Amino acid sequence: MSTIVSLPDQSTATLPKKNYINAEHGLLSWLLTADHKRIALLYMFSITFFFFIGGFFAGMVRLELLTPAGDLMAADTYNKMFTMHGIVMIFLFLVPSVPATLGNFFLPIMIGAKDLAFPKINLLSWYLYMAAGIFVITTLVLGGVDTGWTFTTPLSTHYLNTHVATTATGIFIAGFSSIFTGLNFIVTVHRMRAPGMTWFRLPLFVWSNYAASVLMVLGTPVLAIAIVLVALERTIGIGVFDPTKGGDPLLFQHLFWFYSHPAVYIMILPGFGVISEVVSTFTRKRVFGYTAVAFSSVAIAVFGFFVWAHHMFIMGVSNYSALVFSLLTMLVAVPSAIKIFNWAFTMQKGSITFETPMLYVFGFIGLFTIGGLTGVFLGSLGMDVMLTETYFVVAHFHFVMVGGMLMAFLAGIHFWWPKMTGRMYPEGVSKFAAVVTFIGFILTFFPQFVVGYLGMPRRYAAYPPEYQVLNVLSTAGATVLGVGYMLPLFYLAWSLKYGAIAGSNPWQATGLEWQIQSPPLTENFTETPIVTQEAYDYEWLAKKQERELQHVG
Amino acid sequence: MQISPVLWQFLTKWLTSSALWPDQASTIAPWADALYIFLWLMTVVGVILVGALVLFFAIRYRKERHPEAVQIEGSTLLEATWTIIPLGIFLFVFVWGAWLYFRIYNPPADAMQVYVVGKQWMWKAEHPGGQHEINALHVPMGRPVQLTMISQDVFHSYSIPAFRVKREVIPGRYTTVWFNATKPGTYHLFCTQYCGTLHSGMVGEITVMDPADYQKWTEESTSGMSLAQNGERLFASLGCISCHSGNATASGPNLAGIYGSKIKMDDGTEQVATDGFLRDVILNPSQHVPYGYKPIMPTYQGQISEEGLIDLVEYIKSLKTNYRVQQTLDTSKSDDAAPITPAASQKVTQ
Repeated sequence: MSTIVSLPDQSTATLPKKNYINAEHGLLSWLLTADHKRIALLYMFSITFFFFIGGFFAGMVRLELLTPAGDLMAADTYNKMFTMHGIVMIFLFLVPSVPATLGNFFLPIMIGAKDLAFPKINLLSWYLYMAAGIFVITTLVLGGVDTGWTFTTPLSTHYLNTHVATTATGIFIAGFSSIFTGLNFIVTVHRMRAPGMTWFRLPLFVWSNYAASVLMVLGTPVLAIAIVLVALERTIGIGVFDPTKGGDPLLFQHLFWFYSHPAVYIMILPGFGVISEVVSTFTRKRVFGYTAVAFSSVAIAVFGFFVWAHHMFIMGVSNYSALVFSLLTMLVAVPSAIKIFNWAFTMQKGSITFETPMLYVFGFIGLFTIGGLTGVFLGSLGMDVMLTETYFVVAHFHFVMVGGMLMAFLAGIHFWWPKMTGRMYPEGVSKFAAVVTFIGFILTFFPQFVVGYLGMPRRYAAYPPEYQVLNVLSTAGATVLGVGYMLPLFYLAWSLKYGAIAGSNPWQATGLEWQIQSPPLTENFTETPIVTQEAYDYEWLAKKQERELQHVG
Repeated sequence: MQISPVLWQFLTKWLTSSALWPDQASTIAPWADALYIFLWLMTVVGVILVGALVLFFAIRYRKERHPEAVQIEGSTLLEATWTIIPLGIFLFVFVWGAWLYFRIYNPPADAMQVYVVGKQWMWKAEHPGGQHEINALHVPMGRPVQLTMISQDVFHSYSIPAFRVKREVIPGRYTTVWFNATKPGTYHLFCTQYCGTLHSGMVGEITVMDPADYQKWTEESTSGMSLAQNGERLFASLGCISCHSGNATASGPNLAGIYGSKIKMDDGTEQVATDGFLRDVILNPSQHVPYGYKPIMPTYQGQISEEGLIDLVEYIKSLKTNYRVQQTLDTSKSDDAAPITPAASQKVTQ
């Protein structure tokens, strides 16, 4: 039986003298670093910056929808607001969020490697990300773009005079950043595992990031092609999407969704990994059905490529291809259901504590279950006809992306914060923030399911007055949600100076990352670890701690 | 799944009369609502199940009550259960949804035809009798109405929430949707595909009328010319009749009775003459050469508006016999008003 032995009292402890943060000094040492942990921090700052920019636009959109008349801003401005919200949040926040920050920081450590396989490409991919960000910011300064994040042709190619090309370039470059990250992860997982770290000893966070990387590498080039074709069509009028030149406007939809549907899984899969780590740690148990959870990530990645046309059920695709894509969509829902039950049953006979990351996990499970099941509405052909392109879709994907992905991201940030900074965040206020976020979220997005079935289309600046009550609720919720997101910004910054010293393993977790000092050394491990146990082996951990205590004693 | 009819009636009546439910105004609406209610039941049961499991475990196995975790490997039986049961439910939803989809998009043969052209930013509806409406559509109650739709510029989407139908309106191809309205009244018409600046202004009203009222409306708002008549005039003015005269010696095929028939093409394939096919032939004739004819027809790309194409197709549809072509030929010869088009001049020089 496992006994968790408490480590020596650390109230008088100090941060390790030597770590990756103080290894080198000066701005240049950060800008030219090849250390995956420093690059992860660079990403974290930039991603947080873009998250709040995207959040600002979301706030403006919700504010406009407070009244049925489009009276806060011109229709044109409103269109630019939701376009920028979508582009910034998806390409500059959701896609890179967990892989580029938490993945970059922890994936090498979790498999016992000193760095990623290609440290300089890793830095390059951050620079590409920043270049993409600069293009998007430039677009903003120049006056914005109003294509919607989906860039639908021929609207984007022939009918808009806004800065489509600048934004498209940004997204094209961001795509390379994501391809490089994916390649780096795949090669690292294949080639850099420590001795004894077999595939089925990998932490589930590594599995899910691996699956997401495969999607990034295979899917992103198709988006790049679609974007280049849009640019060529705009500038020299090649006509692949233009029916008057024999082109097919539906072709763009196929190309775009071939990436953008798998992209949903690029966004959510790494989040699944975080949830597995956190659930295991705070229940002190192996993840129930480890193999099933690992393979369900792979299954999602594989099936994810065969469902894109469910975005086109109402576009006059043949009834029979609609049938096939609907069936495949139903199949992709199953692995997600498997994971939910596995997480729930991991808690069975555990020894559960309720630290902040765990609260976010509870939030995640609730919201993602709703998000996933409402996805079945949209995969169901006849129902999709009524619901697609309405606020029901908006509510559904915000439940999955914001309720799921962002909750997982916040769970991960709080979970690994002590390891990254060496200091604890304040527990009370962070629990409060988690609850505020959850309540704000439900209030914001639940009314949108209802208003969606009533028929309110998405991307509307003005709407019929009978939808107002639900929209007011939604905007009120967005305000609460905004507060929930601002709080961590302040208390995490506070903790950098005043937080309690964390010690190497504050959660008594099993992962390799918890067996090294916090914050880690630049080279992660002083000697290459030899792995003899499965991931989440708490009995091994207890024995190890006992040995260490005897050693100290 | 069997629900007692009384309970079902109560449930749908109560739900559908509340402000949180859209009007039910077509034959499809009750079917869609039934699936929608089922899906919410599935969601609520799923969330309660997961929520109850998580809450139960969290309370039962919290550290104070259960200080030592028991390591469990997993369970193939449980894994199989929660793979197969959701799979079964999802497949059931798939079949139900597919059945509804085919019901929504397979129009009955006797449906009344209305054409819709979407443009930035208005909906233009054209009834066969020549009635034109902008951002409005009048339809009779209790009669299937089929809309044949096309966009003149970007993607739009024609959505009537009260009927639970929606279809994308696409540049370059006809899409169709049909409904059978069941309740007189005025309902929202939305464009649901983002189409530029005034996207949220591209809205309109669908008015469902008693058949008698609809009859009256048709008579009052007629422009005096049916779509087919407009098409006939265009057919003459564009010079189409000079080749498609129906004579045995004509250089183009006879169009009488061609709509809906199979045409043997020069490349050996067979094509069915649908609305979309006829439109495409007018715009891209060189890609659709019928067997036995020379590829001499010029393109009319950019010369005819989408409304004009609809008129032409409607005219071709109305040609059941050769009589109308002959008559058109005679009238156009007699008043000599038809301008000489490239098509006609080409014919002359040959």
